[in-house]
Amino acid sequence: MLGSFHGGVHPHGNKGMASHKAIEPLPMPQRLYVPLHQHAGQPCDPCVTVGQKVLKGEEIGRSDAWVSTPIHAPTSGTVVGIEEYPAGHPSGLTMLTVVIDPDGEDRWSDSIAGIADPMNAEPAVIQERIRWAGIVGLGGAVYPSFIKMTPPKGKKVETLLINGAECEPYLTSDERVMVERAKETIAGIEIMMHTLPTSKCVIGIEDNKPEAIKAMTEAARSYNGIRVQPMPAMYPQGARQQLVEAITGKQVPSGARLVDIGLLVHNVTTAYSIYEAVVHGKPLITRVVTVSGRGIAKPANLETLLGTPIRNLIDHCGGMKPGVRKVILGGPMMGLAVDNLDVPVVKGIAGVLALLQNEIVDKPEQPCIRCGRCVQACPMSLVPSEMAWRAKVNQLDVMPELHLNDCIECGSCGFVCPSNIPLVQYFRYAKLAIQADRRAQKKLDMDKARTKAKAARVEQEKLEKERQKEAMKAAMAARKKAAAEAAPAEAAPAAPAAPATETVAAAVATDAAPVAEGAAALSDAESKAARAARAAQAARAARAAKAAKEQA
Amino acid sequence: MSQTNLLTTTSPHVHDGDSVANVMEAVIWALMPATAMAVMIFGWTALLVILITTLSCLVTEHLFLKLRKRPSAVADRSAALTGLLLALTLPPHSPWWMCVAGGVFAILVGKQVYGGLGYNMFNPALIARVFLLISFPAQMTAWPAVNPLFSEQAYSLGDSIAIIMTGQSSAPELADAVSTATPLGQYRTETGMGKTVQDAMGGKYTGYDEVRAASGLIGGSLGETSALLLAAGGIYLLRKKVITWHIPVTMFAGCLVPATIFWTFDPAHYPDPVFHLLTGGLVIGAFYMATDMVTSPITVKGQIIFGLGCGLLTYLIRTWSGYPEGVSFAVVLMNAVVPLIDQYTRPRAYGQVA
Repeated sequence: MLGSFHGGVHPHGNKGMASHKAIEPLPMPQRLYVPLHQHAGQPCDPCVTVGQKVLKGEEIGRSDAWVSTPIHAPTSGTVVGIEEYPAGHPSGLTMLTVVIDPDGEDRWSDSIAGIADPMNAEPAVIQERIRWAGIVGLGGAVYPSFIKMTPPKGKKVETLLINGAECEPYLTSDERVMVERAKETIAGIEIMMHTLPTSKCVIGIEDNKPEAIKAMTEAARSYNGIRVQPMPAMYPQGARQQLVEAITGKQVPSGARLVDIGLLVHNVTTAYSIYEAVVHGKPLITRVVTVSGRGIAKPANLETLLGTPIRNLIDHCGGMKPGVRKVILGGPMMGLAVDNLDVPVVKGIAGVLALLQNEIVDKPEQPCIRCGRCVQACPMSLVPSEMAWRAKVNQLDVMPELHLNDCIECGSCGFVCPSNIPLVQYFRYAKLAIQADRRAQKKLDMDKARTKAKAARVEQEKLEKERQKEAMKAAMAARKKAAAEAAPAEAAPAAPAAPATETVAAAVATDAAPVAEGAAALSDAESKAARAARAAQAARAARAAKAAKEQA
Repeated sequence: MSQTNLLTTTSPHVHDGDSVANVMEAVIWALMPATAMAVMIFGWTALLVILITTLSCLVTEHLFLKLRKRPSAVADRSAALTGLLLALTLPPHSPWWMCVAGGVFAILVGKQVYGGLGYNMFNPALIARVFLLISFPAQMTAWPAVNPLFSEQAYSLGDSIAIIMTGQSSAPELADAVSTATPLGQYRTETGMGKTVQDAMGGKYTGYDEVRAASGLIGGSLGETSALLLAAGGIYLLRKKVITWHIPVTMFAGCLVPATIFWTFDPAHYPDPVFHLLTGGLVIGAFYMATDMVTSPITVKGQIIFGLGCGLLTYLIRTWSGYPEGVSFAVVLMNAVVPLIDQYTRPRAYGQVA
């Protein structure tokens, strides 16, 4: 029985503009700009050089980190640059990008080959293939899929959920993949079920896509464990927590992974990409992008090489009509507005939208009138209004109590807010500010530990010096004494001189002992503290370095 | 190369299109039938009271925002709504200075000193009514009888202006002759002197029956009277999803459930629940006052507690306090505990173990 989730909103679907347009390949662009960071996790390092010829499907970037996936050449051609290039990132910053001039031959690398009998292959082989192929969650999270396909030891995936909700308005790329590539997608799902392994799969599709439901049901007919579940159209049905709750009735505990409750969610196009990678050996170098919005002359669903500037897609669709106010990468609820049409299509971009004034929000923020609509709309059952005003006045210490970190930034609250408060923006700010605070605190702790360690070290050195001074003084005194004793006995034979020297040494030792002992006792306690401080400092430095690296 | 004419504001990029002004306007429209009825049954004086009060609110809002060097928010309709709501709680012959004092107080003390729209703790219209009730008890409880427009005994426009501006009509003996008590006032005064409800209601005030009370043909504040038209506007607001059912329904329940219980056990001393529903400000309070978004809880659970509290306090005040009518006090008192309610009724967040 299909359940539901709390809250949610009903934005106008606006899918009709592109939903009936069959997927068509976008003609080869003049130049491709392939960013080396198209996934969640570590960016790739380039593994080609400028001037090098590359073949289609060849790796051009890889990373040694676990949470990362390789980047491949989308076509054959020449690497003409490895440089910083604008990227579809909120900061507007550039990103290290491999620039490729296609040679027009579009020739595959020789190493491209499918796995002969995937349903009998070792899961590890398929997991490695998925990693190599650079497949990431294509619903937008772009988390490397092979990690999700490798359940941690002792955990079992009972049910695989396939997300075909596509609840973002305007977007139809998943829908077209399901309609036109249902068989391949189901085959991909079968491979995933074999790999995990699991015997149960539910494909959730919103009921505003009857064609997709029909095609997928048809294709899944001959498979026992796969069921297509139509769901009422409701945003954000396709967010993983909401999908899980709607289909299974369970909530994912805060902070837990899906696999902890025996579930796994993959986007439907990800399943298709896994099929392509495993059966045909093709890495993820293209994706279907919906080009739509009332500012687009002829909306379409384009099979696009990754790295194609969005300008090419828009031009192919007849260009922008006059009066376009926003160009969005992704959907209108969570997508990113850009003002630069040179940014390239990357793995996570399911749509390029050009919206006119009457399609967007462009009103000044007004005071909150506490109408509570955001509370009703929040699919995570949070209190967005309170989180926003507290963020506004920097009351960040109460945020854990309000579960700020559970906010999925779906934008439902902002969608219904009659005062046009950019609520999600406040939450992003608060999350980042808390992160920054934590980092500053860490640095402060580190500095403190360092200062303390230094003080201890200085103290110890001082004691050490004093001890040496004492020892030297004692030695000197002993020597003088010995010399004075030795002087009258000058006439004596040389033999007794030896015991005298021994005496001196013994005297020195006896004199020095208490001092040394004291120093040792002192330095023992001191050094214990210092050692602990140094160890803590080293650990913190390592963590900070790791965080900084992740941040970068 | 960036195109500067493209906006890069943050997601979500689409909106359901509703605005604060829309919300306020919907409430104003919902009040229109009852307002028209008020003018019909009380004549030109009612119209003057409404105009003067609303205008005072608008002017105060405009001037004060100017003083604070803020953009004028008169366009958001919230001050107009406050003015209208306040006017509807005033007696039909309220003198002009009382209307102005109320309007200025509502906006200045009720709203702007807190920081303007969205920051006020109390419903501005009700806090102003309470202020007037305490400051000018005589004027606030002077109830002329129903005197419909275009009827024979109706005041002319000139008479009406004279009543409002000078407190004197050209026919003072007429004004005196028709002054009366509200059903609630009647009941409290008479039962206070030891009479039963039946005796009390059968006394000087003979106009009370359910039909007259529901349609509005009884004495009282301008907007208190027509329970039917007020409810119609309330249902319009529910249908338009400007308000939800939680506060009105629980407020009715909070007042009428105890009323039913007491009436069942002792009908001689406690009037029936229909009497409580149709007289006084319960209907306008439940649909328009308690539902004021700024001053009511933000969560559903909170709204239910709030509504019950408003209803229960209304009944307590009506039955045992020194005032015959308790809606304003009840709502204002409950307004004060809204922050507390909000804090303790936060919904259980997704994925949190109960």
